[in-house]
Amino acid sequence: MNPVLDLLLQGERLSTEQMAQVLGLSEVAIEAALKQLQAEGKLLGWRPVLNPEAGEETIVRAVIEVKISPEREGGFDKLALRISRFDEVESCHLMSGSYDLLLFCSGKSLRAVATFVSERLSTIDGVLSTATHFLLRTYKEQGYLLVANPDVADKPAVSP
Amino acid sequence: MSAKRFIANHVVDLPRSGIRDFFAIVSQMPQAVSLGIGEPDFVTPWHIREAAIYALEKGKTSYTDNRGLIRLRQEISRYVESDFGVSYRPDTEILVAVGVSEALDIALRALINPGDKVLYHEPCYVSYSPSILLAHGIPVGVPTLAKDQFALDPAALEAAWEPGCKILLLNFPTNPTGGVANRKVLERIAHFAQEKDLLVISDEIYAELTFDGEHVSIASLPGMRDRTLFLHGFSKAFAMTGFRIGYGCGPAELIEAMMKVHQYSMMCAPILSQEAAIEALRNGRPAVARMKEQYHKRRDFIVRRFNEAGLDCHTPQGSFYTFPSVATSGLKSLDFCHRLLKEEEVAIVPGTAFGPSGEGFVRASFSMSYENLIKAADRIERMVGRLVDSGATAAVNNAS
Repeated sequence: MNPVLDLLLQGERLSTEQMAQVLGLSEVAIEAALKQLQAEGKLLGWRPVLNPEAGEETIVRAVIEVKISPEREGGFDKLALRISRFDEVESCHLMSGSYDLLLFCSGKSLRAVATFVSERLSTIDGVLSTATHFLLRTYKEQGYLLVANPDVADKPAVSP
Repeated sequence: MSAKRFIANHVVDLPRSGIRDFFAIVSQMPQAVSLGIGEPDFVTPWHIREAAIYALEKGKTSYTDNRGLIRLRQEISRYVESDFGVSYRPDTEILVAVGVSEALDIALRALINPGDKVLYHEPCYVSYSPSILLAHGIPVGVPTLAKDQFALDPAALEAAWEPGCKILLLNFPTNPTGGVANRKVLERIAHFAQEKDLLVISDEIYAELTFDGEHVSIASLPGMRDRTLFLHGFSKAFAMTGFRIGYGCGPAELIEAMMKVHQYSMMCAPILSQEAAIEALRNGRPAVARMKEQYHKRRDFIVRRFNEAGLDCHTPQGSFYTFPSVATSGLKSLDFCHRLLKEEEVAIVPGTAFGPSGEGFVRASFSMSYENLIKAADRIERMVGRLVDSGATAAVNNAS
């Protein structure tokens, strides 16, 4: 894997200068590598991982199972992309199994998500049915556990 | 009247660990960045912790066989055979102990007659010399040198030998130097052990954390199995220090002798730790590989930074310690560490804590986040810069 990407994925927040130090590269080289990763579409963007339970963002999240009918030209892709473009849709995946698309959606309120589903999503030509499940509580978010870190206070600062 | 008169003479004479003294100071400075820890910064992998919880839920709270659960000894047997190339019978040749520390202690107590001499290489783990003394043996230290990458020079070992030497204690990769012994060196040491009829105790707790080249166990060399006690445990590679679990493997007579001491003192290792250890051996390899990869990268980073900072630092081939020289600073190890702590709030351990031959060196662990490694390296660089500058000024003043 690209060493810059590998370091980023460890999740430690490091400045360009610090990354350059760790990898033994120049800051210019790090910036260039990041630009290239984005240009190649390997790195899509930068967003903090928020704790949904901490109340910084008051949003309602839902997963929605969608059955669609594939088009003669374009298969599932065209419709999937069309659905993906809605701001409410955070991610969209084609699935194996009893439904076709799985959407992760969010809105400011339950009503906002419900409106999106009933007035926009389900009225699209080719959408056969939807099943919406609201997220009640989060225990782990993108690899981060939502419990306090282990208490390291008992760990001696110097040990043999 | 002081209660001190009740204390045994050989315990009165025993020096306190230099690490303890240093820890007392560092513990007053919670804001300090510490590269002084001798354990993984990773928490035990969840699947291993989960196995311990499950065992607790199932009500596994009893004693076990003195030698340890047979299921664990079977797993140990398989692991040691596949990874170290030596085969031990689970029923008679393996003993589960409370960490390698206990395994070493009971081995020395089971083997040493008062006055027997024990050869060991130093700088070394803090307990070696005291454990030998507590068993009424005589420690015979053999220095390892930076110019040899802190591998044990067989010629130095031969020169240090004296009549009465019975045991040779080895620890590769070494805490605190990160030194290793390759097959060629071990073959010479093995030859020497056979020639002088020495029993070898090989503490291989850092074996999995060997970054360059293969790890070779001396027990796997021809003719050595019957004169070697192989000691290993879970603390470092599996990040299980707090579980306190390790083991010894060797000829049945020796394991039986260790068992006698173990059963009258410790009885058995904690059952929950034993259950966790079984899970570690069955499914822990991916986690060990992941942690090792992190240590490897951090090692490359910190060694480079120390050398750039003006400390002569060899590349440790194993363990998670660097052992740079502080000669350029013009200070002794202990002074360097005290000043670094006071002036820059970075804690590292003076080399002298690991034996007199550690003078001129310090131990810095890289079992730490990049953020802290960078912070520590920056501050060390700043202090070394100041010291070198003032040293140069003093030299000029003396000359004029």
